[in-house]
Order: sequence, then structure tokens, then C-alpha cells
Amino acid sequence: MANKSKVNRHIYWNPYFGGFLLGITILFTFYLTGRGLGASGAMKSSVVTIVDTVAPSHAENSAYYSRFISEEKSPMNTWLVFEALGVLIGAFLSGGLTGRIGWRTQHSPKITKKRRLAFAIGGGILFGLGAQIARGCTSGAALSGMAVLSTGGFITMIAIFGSGFVVAYFFRKNWI
Amino acid sequence: MGPLIPNGIIPVEWDSIIAILIGIAFGFVLEASGFSSSRKLAGVFYGYDFAVLKVFFTAALVALIGIYYMDYLGYVDVGQLYIHPTYLWGAIIGGVVMGIGFVMGGFCPGTSLCAVAIGKIDAIVYVIGIMIGVFIFSELFFLFQPLYEGSFLGNITLMDSFGVNPYWFIFIFTLIAIVSFVVSDIIRKRNKKIFY
Repeated sequence: MANKSKVNRHIYWNPYFGGFLLGITILFTFYLTGRGLGASGAMKSSVVTIVDTVAPSHAENSAYYSRFISEEKSPMNTWLVFEALGVLIGAFLSGGLTGRIGWRTQHSPKITKKRRLAFAIGGGILFGLGAQIARGCTSGAALSGMAVLSTGGFITMIAIFGSGFVVAYFFRKNWI
Repeated sequence: MGPLIPNGIIPVEWDSIIAILIGIAFGFVLEASGFSSSRKLAGVFYGYDFAVLKVFFTAALVALIGIYYMDYLGYVDVGQLYIHPTYLWGAIIGGVVMGIGFVMGGFCPGTSLCAVAIGKIDAIVYVIGIMIGVFIFSELFFLFQPLYEGSFLGNITLMDSFGVNPYWFIFIFTLIAIVSFVVSDIIRKRNKKIFY
């Protein structure tokens, strides 16, 4: 058995077990803090911090950045940034315990590494843009929204997966 | 009576420490469920791996049932919890754009962080992409502002939208989830297996 698990490092938890523990995590988050989880918020804070450092007057005059800048504390000093640091630690622990850590680019054998990275950056740009328009991503808007029956959370969830299924055909070569 | 930090039962100084601890749990569970693999995540759109659907739906239901059960028992006040606000067109258009990004890049922000933590180069590129996307949005905010701030319906829940009590919604979602789990297993068995 030990030998087998060494050969295949891509054996993951039962999805229902993982989902149950994730649900408990969300439940505790609401019980402790009164809010849900998030992920794109930390990346927004990073962008705000970078722009505020490189071009402070531009950031202060911008209608969007200025919402997240205050005199007392850095834009990085937010709950979601600390949570994102935790996500990195937690994923590193899980990956380390199962031997999944390593520098690699994962892609379908039918496409090149370059194509995978080009689509990754394009997809990231769209996701970043969409997450700002919808005020949250799959974690913050859809998952945490659904946990408290937020109408917007359900709409965003349906829109993400609905459009995903609609456009999946055009990107099939990248995956299957 | 929860939520504990807003009600001062846990001092607010603990906020950041709790954030890191919750993040660790979140990241560990996502990675262990296989969400650091873009090919596993994308499987839901092509019918060869439904882990996303199963984990996502199970998590939402466990949290939803848990919150309302704790409210029923008096441990937490649902009325004090933060309800994600509804900006109708922002939610729809933002979601559609995210869906395209999801299929193109194979990650969402939370899962890409997990993949970054185990050294996936495509995920690092993806996170840089997200930051560029946020930058574009911020620089062109005047273009997006009407969409971002328009059609605001308040911090509404499905009960406000449909006027049905929450327990009916929970019951209906549980049924939808069970049916979707069964259907997804049938679809997966019909599809060619993909190794990754």
C-alpha cells in the first residue's frame, strides 16, 4: 500500500469528505467572524498596495484604489490577506504530506507548455476582471454567498458555471 | 451567541490570527481534495471529473444547514451575518466573465493559491493574470462603474426574493444536490477516462 501511494501521488480525498470539511470550515468562519471566506480579495489588496507604492498620488486620486487606502493601516492589513497566507500554508502542508510539491506546469499532452501558460494568463485576467465586477469570486461571492442564501451569491454561481459550460466546447483542446 | 468576534466574545485582536488558522484549514482541504490540479478542476466542464461539483455543493449545503441549525439552537444569529450584496447585472456579467476565465485558465482564485503553494508554474502565471485583471478594472473603473454600482437590490437573500421560508430552500437544494451527484456519476461513467 505504501508503495502504491508513492507511485500515484494524485489520489485525493473523497470529494464528499472534502466538501464536508470545507463546509465545516465555512460554518466556523461565519460563527467566529460573521463573514465568509474569500480569495480574490487578497489579490486586489496586493494590486492596491503595489499601485499605492509605485504611484501614491495616482492611487489616491483613483476612484477605485482610494476606497481601499486609509491613513492608519496598509491595504495589506486586512482579514482576507491573512486568510490567503493561511491558504498558502495549508495547501503547502497538504501537498507536502502527500509529496505533490514541485515546480511543474500541468497541461494536457495535446498542447504545449507555452500554450498552457498563455491561456493561464488570459484566463487569470478575465477572472480578475469578473471578480471585481461581481464583487467576489467563487469563494467570496458564490460559496460564502450561498451559505447564507444570498441572492447575488446564487446568481454569480449560476453565471460562472453556466458560462463555463457554454464556452467549454471552444477550449476543449486544452483539457481533453 | 455568535458570531463571536463581532459580538465581542472573542477579542477583536484575535481576528488576524483566526484568519490565518481558517486559511490553513481552507487551503488544506482544497489541496487535499485535488483542487490544486487545473485538469481535475476543468473536468467538471467536460464530464470526466466531477470533484468540483461534489465538493462545492457539499460544502455549500453543510455550511447552509449548519448555519440555520445553529441559528435554530440559538448559537448564532443569522440576522447578524454578512450577506453578500446583490448587484443584479454585476453579478451576472461578472459571473459570465469569470466562467470564461475558469475554462481558459483552469483555476479560480482560491484554487490557484493552493496550486501556487505546491509550485505549479501555470498557477503562478494565473495569479499574475488575476492581478493584471484587477489592475485593468481599477484603471478603467469609469467604464465599469455603472455596472459595478448599478442595479443594487440590497443585501438580499432568496427569502426576500421569493418570500419562501429558508427551510424550504434548504430542503430543495439538498434534493437538487443529491440528484446532481447521481447524474454526474452516470455521465462520468459514460465518458472516456482521462489520466492526468
